[in-house]
Amino acid sequence: MSNYPSELKYTKDHEWAKKAGSNVVVGVTFHAQDALGAVVYVELPKVGTVVKAHGQFGVIESTKAVSELFCPVSGKVTKVNDAVTNNPGSVNDDPYAAWLIEVEPSAPAEFDALLDQATYVKSLDGAH
Amino acid sequence: MARSTPLNAAHRKAGGRMVDFAGWDMPVQYDGLIQEHERVRTGVGLFDVSHMGEIEFKGPGALEEANRLITNDLARCVDGQAVYAGLLNEKGTFVDDVVAYRFSPEHIFICVNASNADKDFAWMASNAKKVKPVNRSEDYAQIAVQGPKAFGVVQRLVKKSLEGVGTYRFTTGDVAGIPCIISRTGYTGEDGFELYCPPDKAEALWNAIMEEGKPEKAAPAGLGARDSLRTEMKYALYGNDIDDAHTPLEANLGWIVKLDKPDFIGKSVLVAQKAAGLPRKLVGFEMVDAGIPRSHYPILHKGEKVGEVTSGTMGPSIKKAIGIGYVPTALSTEGSTFHVDIRGRAAAARVVKTPFYNKA
Repeated sequence: MSNYPSELKYTKDHEWAKKAGSNVVVGVTFHAQDALGAVVYVELPKVGTVVKAHGQFGVIESTKAVSELFCPVSGKVTKVNDAVTNNPGSVNDDPYAAWLIEVEPSAPAEFDALLDQATYVKSLDGAH
Repeated sequence: MARSTPLNAAHRKAGGRMVDFAGWDMPVQYDGLIQEHERVRTGVGLFDVSHMGEIEFKGPGALEEANRLITNDLARCVDGQAVYAGLLNEKGTFVDDVVAYRFSPEHIFICVNASNADKDFAWMASNAKKVKPVNRSEDYAQIAVQGPKAFGVVQRLVKKSLEGVGTYRFTTGDVAGIPCIISRTGYTGEDGFELYCPPDKAEALWNAIMEEGKPEKAAPAGLGARDSLRTEMKYALYGNDIDDAHTPLEANLGWIVKLDKPDFIGKSVLVAQKAAGLPRKLVGFEMVDAGIPRSHYPILHKGEKVGEVTSGTMGPSIKKAIGIGYVPTALSTEGSTFHVDIRGRAAAARVVKTPFYNKA
């Protein structure tokens, strides 16, 4: 359970989200990085990009595979974590410290509708 | 239902992450692709390659029969030597790429890709005139022991000296008491052996190598590392870099084609192509701009699609994004530049000398 902090919200696409003031910080879950293997490349949008809930906002790649990143909420990108694009392996080291983008949500109710920890963890059963 | 090798249980016990590969349930990785890759570059790693197929020609005329099917020349080998070769159709394009072992002029043993084993056997059987091939795929498991420390580990399990078994040479003998073909070959760019053994002895052999290799920290490596290791060497993978749409000359594998030997299937096409000049060539390139090239990404020149990436990855040893792909001959020289369409973004790339990885 410690791989999935209870204070975070989750998506079925294996992203996590948390509030930072009125904004929403987004990353990928422990499961996502574990399934990918060693992350070697992360492509993120520019600040100011408009993103949609369930819409693609970037790409994360391991040596073997390319995976799309989907945004948990709609809004405008206010921050991008360049430390992660410069050091993609940090996603494996700690997927919850290695946040990817911060979004100013345009539909705040979307955040409340995200999965809680227990529901997300349950959805992982059989996902392997 | 995917087929299993005799080592399936051992992979699961070792924490292998299993995937379907060419209809086989195979480990793609164990403790991590990059760790496994590094293990093979610096120490010793074990690969289960039991899914590979084996086809044998035996009897008077075996060498001539096999030689008529492949591009390389078994007649200029000695007994105990193996060659890498193309198995071509009449169009001069690949049915498969193979390693052919010359036990004697009357005994040729050919290792083929798992994904092509049935197709290859049918092709060989329908084209063989006097000596009919025998499909021995069910009779062999295969373990590749690869890395700079592989030799020592395998040698300690074999009574006779393996010093005389040079690269692309082989012998037979007991490894840990198990009868094997002991072949100094591999697909990683590192020294090592490929050991062909009876399937019911495969797990015992695997365990014996793991045990003997403890001082060298021998451990398994999966298909993921196998792919990144071979990509860094620009070794072709059938289905990616070579296929029935490309000739060995286009694939820059002219060295495995012996046009001066007696006739072989596809030869006339290659002779004509060599005379006419190649329309395209398989090159290795490095990314100049950010991004990782992947199989099937378009290669662009002046905004037009001129080719396609056939393999690409972030090379774990060279720490660069690298790719392999077919480009028009004019763009194939070292230093030529083009773009790779990475999900709609044209990212610059440059043709480089290969292999990408060179031992320090």
